[in-house]
Amino acid sequence: MQKQQTTSKQANANNGVNVEALLGAREALTQAPEAARFKWRASCEWLNGTHSRTTVDEYFGLGEAQKHRNVFQFDTDHPQIFASEDNGATPVELVLVGLAGCLTAGIAAVAQNRNIQLRKVKATLEAGMDIQGILGIDSDVRNGFDGIKVHYDIDADASADDIASIVAQSQKRSAVFDIITNPTDVTVTVG
Amino acid sequence: MPRQTMRARTGIVDVVVVGAGHSGLAMSHRLSELSIEHVVLERGEIANSWRRERWDSLKLLTPNWMSRLPGAPYAGHDPDGYMNMDQVVGFVSTYAEKTAAPVRTSTTVLNVEERDGAYSVSTDRGDWRSRAMVIASGACNEASVPVCAQAVPDRIFQITSKDYKSPGQLPEGGVLVVGASATGLQLAQEIHSSGRPVTLAVGEHVRMPRRYRGRDVQWWMLASGILDECIADVDDPVRVRRLPSPQLIGSEDHATLDLNALTAGGVQLVGRLAGIRAGKAQFSGSLRNVCSLADLKMRRLLKAFDDWAATTGAADPMMPAEEFNATRIGNSVPLGLDLNSGEIRSIVWATGYRPDYSWLKVPVVDRKGQLQHDGGVVAPGLYALGLPFMRRRKSSFIHGAEDDVRDLGRHLAAYLDKKIGVRPPFLTANSEMVV
Repeated sequence: MQKQQTTSKQANANNGVNVEALLGAREALTQAPEAARFKWRASCEWLNGTHSRTTVDEYFGLGEAQKHRNVFQFDTDHPQIFASEDNGATPVELVLVGLAGCLTAGIAAVAQNRNIQLRKVKATLEAGMDIQGILGIDSDVRNGFDGIKVHYDIDADASADDIASIVAQSQKRSAVFDIITNPTDVTVTVG
Repeated sequence: MPRQTMRARTGIVDVVVVGAGHSGLAMSHRLSELSIEHVVLERGEIANSWRRERWDSLKLLTPNWMSRLPGAPYAGHDPDGYMNMDQVVGFVSTYAEKTAAPVRTSTTVLNVEERDGAYSVSTDRGDWRSRAMVIASGACNEASVPVCAQAVPDRIFQITSKDYKSPGQLPEGGVLVVGASATGLQLAQEIHSSGRPVTLAVGEHVRMPRRYRGRDVQWWMLASGILDECIADVDDPVRVRRLPSPQLIGSEDHATLDLNALTAGGVQLVGRLAGIRAGKAQFSGSLRNVCSLADLKMRRLLKAFDDWAATTGAADPMMPAEEFNATRIGNSVPLGLDLNSGEIRSIVWATGYRPDYSWLKVPVVDRKGQLQHDGGVVAPGLYALGLPFMRRRKSSFIHGAEDDVRDLGRHLAAYLDKKIGVRPPFLTANSEMVV
């Protein structure tokens, strides 16, 4: 009863996701749970004012050190209305980048697994924030978002319920969705 | 106790069955039919868990006409009703008497080892040695409570669904019920009605209407073949075996018990309990998604019923297809709850159960504490019964025992006849075993 029923019985949907490899990895990692333990890493250097540059290069997984194909750098800053120079996205916007990227990747993977061809997937995100929190004006106001709204426009050869189901399954399996919706223990050290 | 129940003596027997619940008794009946000498060891009384480990108001989630054991169909006058626990205990006890099951009650199995191709069973009333063994001790021996329960402030009264009997056990004041299976919803409703305001923490769940198009939903599940679905035909056996029980209640008015019914009555929904920190319960922001997952899955299920009915012609005399409202979630869902504020006085853990295999000294339990088995075949001469989706979706249902004991009884008999080698057989799609 849980099996997916797509309205169109396309034999070969291609969303550019190698589902066989993902399912193979799942099978392999069930047998070798240690190899499933990853460490994601980033390093950040302060440049000036609120402007910093964060570099992502190496990570650890499948039991050994791994490297991205390229070094990726992300500048973050605050906008000019905060008396900053706006040299990059604000860090909170990068949180939205992470959420959108994660959910959208999940949608492609789930659709592929269900043999549904995607033609267009577009997400619009909006997060509310009362900056009285970060400014310390009102201690009852939290620093972070008071909510995030994600809206998807999806064109695919599937029924509305099937598309909604892909989006729901993507949230269920999303790391960033989990990181945002559940607490995470954070340890910050200096030295 | 009938005389026959004492016929097996401590000593050597072909088969030891652990547990005199409906599964163990159904297997005993099958073994008797096959003239296989056996004994059923029961730590307490017959149907012990049904007697002692259920809450007072509980009724079966399946209608009476479905409650059948091999050779014992439902014989009462209320086929569409739902048995309460006294009735279940009566049904199972009568079955034990009728089948003259060789049950040793008040006999707790302490240790089971495999030695030289046979099983050595130590109990607090003597030891047994058997060539084969059937584990029918159930999947719900211990309440499963999340680790974060340890961080609950001392002032909060805590109880699990295994020990819960009625709202009177709880102090007056607010109650946090954790878990949204049939158990969590039933307890939330009953506790809220007792005047204790309930907050319900909701993770992934299975939503179902009690009745659909004029029929009980379990009728649909059975008639359309879903309950007979075989584990070999399922994409993700691990997932289906872990599914929480569907949100159902057995009541005289056949009412649907879903989250909308609870919120209409004033129950506050929150997300899954994610942790407790500095006396504050933290709830996941995933409530909307787990509800839409459940709504979508329910719609798919009902659609599958409709398709089946249309194809088979069963739909002709029926009421038309029905639609149900999406689960309503308020605009603002609390993400935290201060457990020291006095608003919450007790927590009810309806977070599931786990089996207890601490007595089983055979290396067949995985790192998550679950028995490893292939359709109930655990190891040479070792079998399981009554586990969720063990062979079929109905394996954990009372009426599911019949097919499972027939299959496994046949396998066990062949094993005793040395017709089966050491390797457990594999299931095929039609649920026949390849020997």
